[in-house]
Amino acid sequence: MTPVLEVRDLVTVFHTDNGPVRAVDGVSFTVARGETLGIVGESGSGKSVTAQSIMRLLEPPARIEGGQVLFEGRDVLRMSPRELSDWRGASAAMVFQDSLTGLNPVLRILRQVSEHVVAHGRMKPAAARTHGIELLRRMGVASPERAAASYPHQFSGGMRQRVMLAIGMANDPALLIADEPTTALDVTIQAQILDLMAGLNETFGTAIVLISHDLGVIGSLCRRIAVMYAGEVVETGPTAEVLHDPRHPYAWALAHAVPRLDTPVAARLPGIEGMPPDPLNMPVGCRFVPRCPFRTSRCGQEAPPLTEISPGRSVRCWVTMDGRPLPPPSLPAAAATPRAADTEAPLLEAEGLVKHFHLSRKSTFASRETVHAVNGVSLHLMKGESLGIVGESGCGKSTLARLITRLHAPDAGRIRFLGQEITTMGGEALRLLRPRMQMVFQDPYASLNPRMRVAQILAEPLVVHGHPDPAGRVAALLDMVGLNPAWGARFPHEFSGGQRQRVSIARALALEPALIVADEPVSALDVNVQAQVLNLMLELRERLGLSYLFIAHDLAVVRAFCDRVAVMYLGRIVEEAPAAELFARPAHPYTVSLLSAVPEPGARRIVLTGEPPSSLRLPAGCAFRARCPVAQPICAEPPPLVEIAPGHRVLCHAPGSLHQGSA
Amino acid sequence: MLSLPRTRWQRRLRRYGLAWLGGGIVLAWFLIAALAPWIAPWPPDAVDVTRRLIPPSSAHWLGTDILGRDVFSRLLHGARISLLAGFTVVLLGAAIGTAVGILAAWLRGWGEEALMRFTDLVLCFPPIILALALAAALGIGTTNTIIAMLVVWWPKYARLARSLALVQRSQEYVEAATVLGLPQKRILFRHVLPNTFGPIAVLCTLDLGIAILTFAGLSFLGLGVVPPTAEWGSMVSEGRELVEQWWVATFPGLAILTVVIGFNFLGDGLRDWLDPKAQR
Repeated sequence: MTPVLEVRDLVTVFHTDNGPVRAVDGVSFTVARGETLGIVGESGSGKSVTAQSIMRLLEPPARIEGGQVLFEGRDVLRMSPRELSDWRGASAAMVFQDSLTGLNPVLRILRQVSEHVVAHGRMKPAAARTHGIELLRRMGVASPERAAASYPHQFSGGMRQRVMLAIGMANDPALLIADEPTTALDVTIQAQILDLMAGLNETFGTAIVLISHDLGVIGSLCRRIAVMYAGEVVETGPTAEVLHDPRHPYAWALAHAVPRLDTPVAARLPGIEGMPPDPLNMPVGCRFVPRCPFRTSRCGQEAPPLTEISPGRSVRCWVTMDGRPLPPPSLPAAAATPRAADTEAPLLEAEGLVKHFHLSRKSTFASRETVHAVNGVSLHLMKGESLGIVGESGCGKSTLARLITRLHAPDAGRIRFLGQEITTMGGEALRLLRPRMQMVFQDPYASLNPRMRVAQILAEPLVVHGHPDPAGRVAALLDMVGLNPAWGARFPHEFSGGQRQRVSIARALALEPALIVADEPVSALDVNVQAQVLNLMLELRERLGLSYLFIAHDLAVVRAFCDRVAVMYLGRIVEEAPAAELFARPAHPYTVSLLSAVPEPGARRIVLTGEPPSSLRLPAGCAFRARCPVAQPICAEPPPLVEIAPGHRVLCHAPGSLHQGSA
Repeated sequence: MLSLPRTRWQRRLRRYGLAWLGGGIVLAWFLIAALAPWIAPWPPDAVDVTRRLIPPSSAHWLGTDILGRDVFSRLLHGARISLLAGFTVVLLGAAIGTAVGILAAWLRGWGEEALMRFTDLVLCFPPIILALALAAALGIGTTNTIIAMLVVWWPKYARLARSLALVQRSQEYVEAATVLGLPQKRILFRHVLPNTFGPIAVLCTLDLGIAILTFAGLSFLGLGVVPPTAEWGSMVSEGRELVEQWWVATFPGLAILTVVIGFNFLGDGLRDWLDPKAQR
């Protein structure tokens, strides 16, 4: 039987001003009917360009210069524009990462879902409308009749992604290509979408090609996986085998760099150093050589071919070509962190913090709406400790970070830092205390002034606060974060994302702070770089005795990094416990479902229905009530804060009533 | 499949061809303005009634006007005053406007309201009419005309600078600077201000052509330069009733046209070049 999709030696070249870049360089794979293939790789590995080449969506300066894309035996690359538009949307569909730009903002949802059903001549307009509503219902869109008449901006990201899937599935395509479909979504919504896609694959036999940088996402949906590096497929095989026994050193590094929910708390992650090769100047031999921990002399001279090592399993590596496995990584033991004595006063203490933002009126007569970002948060942090704050987008965690660093002034509550009350401190007194509390930001592209050289960026705070030797300190700082001190003369855009984040960390360390508030410091980075940055932050903590307030949406990252964890929902901390305790015995139903939503190959999931309620109108009683699988009538009352174990506090009427795997 | 230009230069030329053309025109006018006293074959103000209204010839390349002055020489000298007036108005206007806009973005609240409503007040008059009225009130003369134009010129820069500064203000690097305990003044001048320059520079370049055109327009109406001085707008004005002697008004008109087009092409190219989305 011919496979649904067969890609043979695909070559896609970008003709840039600086020369041709072979973004996809000889990629081959097949997808059979009803199969799921995951393509994984870091940014720039060519995985999205592969998808766009298959659908022939590329425009100059990109050009497909070789190979074949066979769809049920027909070569897509030889189709005329007319054949192509008949084929696209009818037999093959694509779902994009950004559901906001993927939908037309001025057309109603139903029109977008049914449009191409009519265009491809499958149904009459009236029948297509009924079909469209049915599709929306099947994709789990709540009240599809009403949704059909809405516009894309009236939907949340998760709902828009469902609409995108409905559009993709409207003509029952044989092939669905999804390019990072869940990357922009929160973990509980991501779980819903992944379940939906798995269902489509099972029910309709749609072949799915899922492109993602997240091994967990791929592992939970795809049976086979292709790992891409620098435009080439370096390893393919059944997902479970590749994840547990990777044979290509890059796949090996990728599989081990991801923090998982079962790695030890505060352990170092084995990240590989270095960066992908310069696409204009590819190495002669294996493209992974400069970063490879297993390289031999042959690897630098000859490029290895993709070789089958066992049925259905191929690898592009000289070392493992003969069927040898790669050794497991040697994990550096986590150093015991110095614990502060309980009697010591906390470094940072916050009590009952509240922050509301008033939106501007929509019209003169409308009442002013208020975003209840933070609604009474209390926390404390000892010297040398790191506290993780986790929650989905909109839970108020970033606002909390900016309250504690006093970028915002709280509406109510108190903050004490180093024994001083800083709640209402302002002007010069606050400015002089600032060096003791620093911040690392999420976006490594926005957090450095693009017009200043790195050395200037690092020297500025030193000069302002009267450091005796700024130049020497800058060199020491660059060295401390693992950057070459000579690079100080460069501008931020000359660095990669991970290197920029290192500069950001160096800047935060410049003034020798006691506390670093890190707002999603690794969420914009590739897994490998993420591991490097987390390792650096762990090491600096030991060397300099820092305390961290670490804000993240990724539970596994928090687990790998923090001593204590607090889970936020709708502006409140709903559960707080030592990290090991929280991950072993989660007590709040929200924590339990959050943990189970993390995509892990083979794990059972409690899929939360619905989405977090709007922070414009706070529900009375327990904020989680509307989505809670074990809600009771009593939950309409405000829940009490219960301490169920030493240091383990839960804001719930019935802590521990939901267990993993019970739903 | 599409054929693509193969070499780097071909691609550059295709993308920025018009910008290069515009830049060439602007550069040429600059050289002409700088070298006018040396390359002009005749003194620009030398009246010779015996040689009036001579058509273009080898002695007078672009002919002579009603007072027997050489149009070509006057054209070259006119470039100096047009470019000088254009640059003065745009640079000073941009400086004043940017200062007002950034201050407004930084102050927020009542200060911002007051500054921006005043800006709106000036913006709501038609600029040419207001400049005309002001120039008439201040009296004829290059300086007075420039002052009148400045009054109507700065508000658009204030609006642009304010919106740019508001965007920069919410960037994480500005938050980082605050957390580092840098003084507000330093954040404003060292971080926010330099990052607003790109779009303002583009507006300036596009604006130069318009400013030169406006200045010529005011001179055409008799409000710009004091009579004997060579200026394109007043030259067109002098030739407007001489239908037979087309060269008197046509050539200064072409001069204005080329300068305006030159700056427009250059500004468009600059905008594409500075647009991060267009970078490859």
